[in-house]
Amino acid sequence: MSEFGFFVSIIPALLAGLPLTLQLAGTSLALGFGIALALALAQQGGHSVIVWPIRSFVAVFRGTPLLVQIFLIYYGLGQFRPSLQAIGLWGLIREPYWCAIIALTLNTAAYGSEILRGAIRSVPVGLVEAATAFGMSRVMTLRLVVLPLALRQAIPAYGNEIILMVKGTSLASIITLMEVTGIAQGLISQTYRAMEVFVAAGAIYISINFVIIRALNALELRLTPYRTRS
Amino acid sequence: MIDTMHILGFGDGGWGAALLTAAGVTLALSVLGFLLGAVFGALASAARLSSSKVCAWLAGAYGTIFRGVPDLLTIYLLYYGGSVALTAVSRAFGSAGFVGLPAFATGVLAIAIISGAYQAEVYRGAYQAIDNGQFDACNALGLARLQALRLVLLPQLLRHALPGLGNVWQLVLKDSALISVIGLVELMRQAQIGAGSTREPFVFYIAAAVLYFVIAGVTGLVFRLSEARVWRGTASA
Repeated sequence: MSEFGFFVSIIPALLAGLPLTLQLAGTSLALGFGIALALALAQQGGHSVIVWPIRSFVAVFRGTPLLVQIFLIYYGLGQFRPSLQAIGLWGLIREPYWCAIIALTLNTAAYGSEILRGAIRSVPVGLVEAATAFGMSRVMTLRLVVLPLALRQAIPAYGNEIILMVKGTSLASIITLMEVTGIAQGLISQTYRAMEVFVAAGAIYISINFVIIRALNALELRLTPYRTRS
Repeated sequence: MIDTMHILGFGDGGWGAALLTAAGVTLALSVLGFLLGAVFGALASAARLSSSKVCAWLAGAYGTIFRGVPDLLTIYLLYYGGSVALTAVSRAFGSAGFVGLPAFATGVLAIAIISGAYQAEVYRGAYQAIDNGQFDACNALGLARLQALRLVLLPQLLRHALPGLGNVWQLVLKDSALISVIGLVELMRQAQIGAGSTREPFVFYIAAAVLYFVIAGVTGLVFRLSEARVWRGTASA
């Protein structure tokens, strides 16, 4: 087959995996962000009963490979089938799709909570005091002052995390999910044309990340129009 | 519980020794990959900062591709691509059939290529953090270029680079688990083998996670101690 003909045939094949890649990344990032925010806020009080379990969760999920986490959830929890069936969670753990979502979500929640914790700390204490002096309640201060500033501050670091997650979805192929990398692996082992498949699949991932980076840059610019120094 | 102790123990039918050996393979793979990656990273950052447009562009493309593409794809590329090349070479010498690449060497190279792309950025940032006056001072002292590099610039470069390198190291250690997909019996693969043959996946993957966690913690400490050493004798804020 000609070089060009081969490319024409593999690109649609690989693009068939794109919806699953985006779904895995989108779902786990959205769920992970929610958990990350909750974990970051829960640590604000500083009660050690709350802080230590969260710190341990974060340390474990940042300190071990994502692949081990995926295997632990998919194969490891499968060992507890009777108990999981009893509490109605077996339906989730049986499906590679949900195992990947759970692993990716917990992983990004751990990294994300550290990013958000740092961003919340970066909000000047004077602004919080000013809000209190205005008579704002703690929840109002959080919603109107602290979170908008912290989230804006977090955009660059969270952007890195989003890109890492898009790449992280490739590990779902190891537990049989046919997203872009899964299809690529299949094509390589059938055709042994690793370079062509790598270029095509790589281009798909780089395009996704390029769009994300551009969108986040635009968002950051919109939220900080007064900032002249880039 | 006694069962678990037995499975992970060092006695007859225990997997303790196999898991520890595999952890050693993981460590060796990561260290060699990281060191070779330092060479790639140093070359790429030098190219990125050089006045040659072609070099700068090539180094930029290297960074964009290998930081933008999933590491698993890079590993597949090297493994299958390398095997195809090796098979072609062996056919030329008259042997028939498929030749696989040695998994350990492929793993080291894959980790080196990926981590090199990240390390290049660390070195570039560290180099740019060095005050311009330092270069003038070296000239004024009459230091030769190599002398200036060794005595003045490299020690300062290391100071700025170490925190970033520590991050890349943690990344490398966790990336090394992916090398299990090409059949190298490192920690992750050994855990899979143990899980398969005892039907106790939970025990083995927890054990693997603990070992990764310990390796990451201990080696992280080495980076922090090195940082204290390269900053010794300087005033801190």
